[in-house]
Amino acid sequence: MDKNDQIQNMTETVAKFIKYFGKILPDDVQAKLKELSDAETSPMAKLTYETMFKNQELAKELDRPCCQDTGVIQFFARVGTKFPLIDELSKIFEEGVLLATEMAPLRHNSVQTFDEYNTGTNVGYRTPSIDFEIVPNSDELDVDIYMAGGGCTLPGKAMVLMPGAGYEAVTKFVLDQMTSYGLNACPPLLVGVGVATSVETAAMLSKKALMRKIGSRNPNEKAAMMELELERGINAIGLGPQGFSGENSVMGVHIENAARHPSTIGVAVNTGCWSHRRGNIVFHSDLSYTITSHKEAEL
Amino acid sequence: MKKVLTTPVSDEDLKDIHAGDVIYLNGHIVTCRDVAHRRLIEYGRELPVDVKGGAIFHAGPIVRKVADDKYEMVSVGPTTSMRMEKFEKDFIEQTGVKVIVGKGGMGQDTVDGCVEHKAIHCVFPAGNAVLAATEVEEIERAEWMDLGMPETLWLCRIKEFGPLVVSIDTHGENLFEKNKVLFNKRKDEQYEEIIKKVKFIK
Repeated sequence: MDKNDQIQNMTETVAKFIKYFGKILPDDVQAKLKELSDAETSPMAKLTYETMFKNQELAKELDRPCCQDTGVIQFFARVGTKFPLIDELSKIFEEGVLLATEMAPLRHNSVQTFDEYNTGTNVGYRTPSIDFEIVPNSDELDVDIYMAGGGCTLPGKAMVLMPGAGYEAVTKFVLDQMTSYGLNACPPLLVGVGVATSVETAAMLSKKALMRKIGSRNPNEKAAMMELELERGINAIGLGPQGFSGENSVMGVHIENAARHPSTIGVAVNTGCWSHRRGNIVFHSDLSYTITSHKEAEL
Repeated sequence: MKKVLTTPVSDEDLKDIHAGDVIYLNGHIVTCRDVAHRRLIEYGRELPVDVKGGAIFHAGPIVRKVADDKYEMVSVGPTTSMRMEKFEKDFIEQTGVKVIVGKGGMGQDTVDGCVEHKAIHCVFPAGNAVLAATEVEEIERAEWMDLGMPETLWLCRIKEFGPLVVSIDTHGENLFEKNKVLFNKRKDEQYEEIIKKVKFIK
């Protein structure tokens, strides 16, 4: 296969995968929703989960995006310095989004700021958003692709706290977002928290926290304990599915952290809705691929 | 037993419906959101669809053209109703709409409008866009198409459209506001619990 064919193939794979995970939720999310549904006791919460599961069946059967808001596509790539198409990757992601917009079809969600018009393609200035981490001496590409609708993007918030306020203030910051905005962001939510120095370092970590598999824990013992505490606490608020009230509120709380400046604690929160449409795909050096987020995926 | 309302809806039909009930809708619903509300209330333009006794849907769908002037509903889900709060009381008064469907709760002005003119606000569980689309039998008309696909008024004939969770009833009950009080109380309790365990800065 010559290089152009390789690029074409990989672009099509990216597009097909976007279409696929825009319709079928990842295995960990499906399992968690089932678990949360089983724990509900009120007729309204039960009916809401039944409606959600019925919608997912219909999306699969009718081959349509499961939610009408297919987001602005985001890529979080860990790319090996020896990955053969490293120079072409940004182009491949962008073309993949263009193609997926027609194939899926995706809703047109890229509005050029200031000029205020919708490009109609989901490609605009600096969108799709692409984040690269370089992996030395690897020949693979490991990428999380994500679509978040406007509803669950809205609760996003970041600020810088004074160290005197401590992790107690981090707790308050997260909890307050749950009952003000989280309620309307289509619970059960996946909550990502970033703890670092500044707004942008914390914010990026809070989004990357949403890429982690549900149930995975921060390697730091204290951070992991705080994840569990926040999970327990937010669940006890009992937002229930769609905020109608119920036994639980979240699919999980994930914290990602970085060391901080001695004078600041940067904190950010990001939420994913119940329809948490993310996929993980690993491209090997021969450009074959492995999908890790959806075991039964066939593109 | 499923509680099914059929448009046109009368005051009498809504009398025994309470916040927290689950209902379904037969007849017609028209998508109607930000700019349509603004045109009617702020610019005084007449709504091109008569919704007296009818239903509106705060939603921006994905619609597919199947023939000249013929469209098919691909995917339609509710959008945040609170954005229409500014207009809804006047909207209810001027149009005589009886059922408003959207996402999340609405505020006190809408509650006042619902009590005064006998109307209800309901929530279609969000993220269930394919299910909602399959409950649309036909798009009968499209008006104000100059607003683009999400904002066009799509007049839909619907069959057992739902489940719709009643969030505001004609008696002034507001499900979301009631829940919020409870949620905030529990949140404060949880905060006190958690902070005991996260005193990492010593």
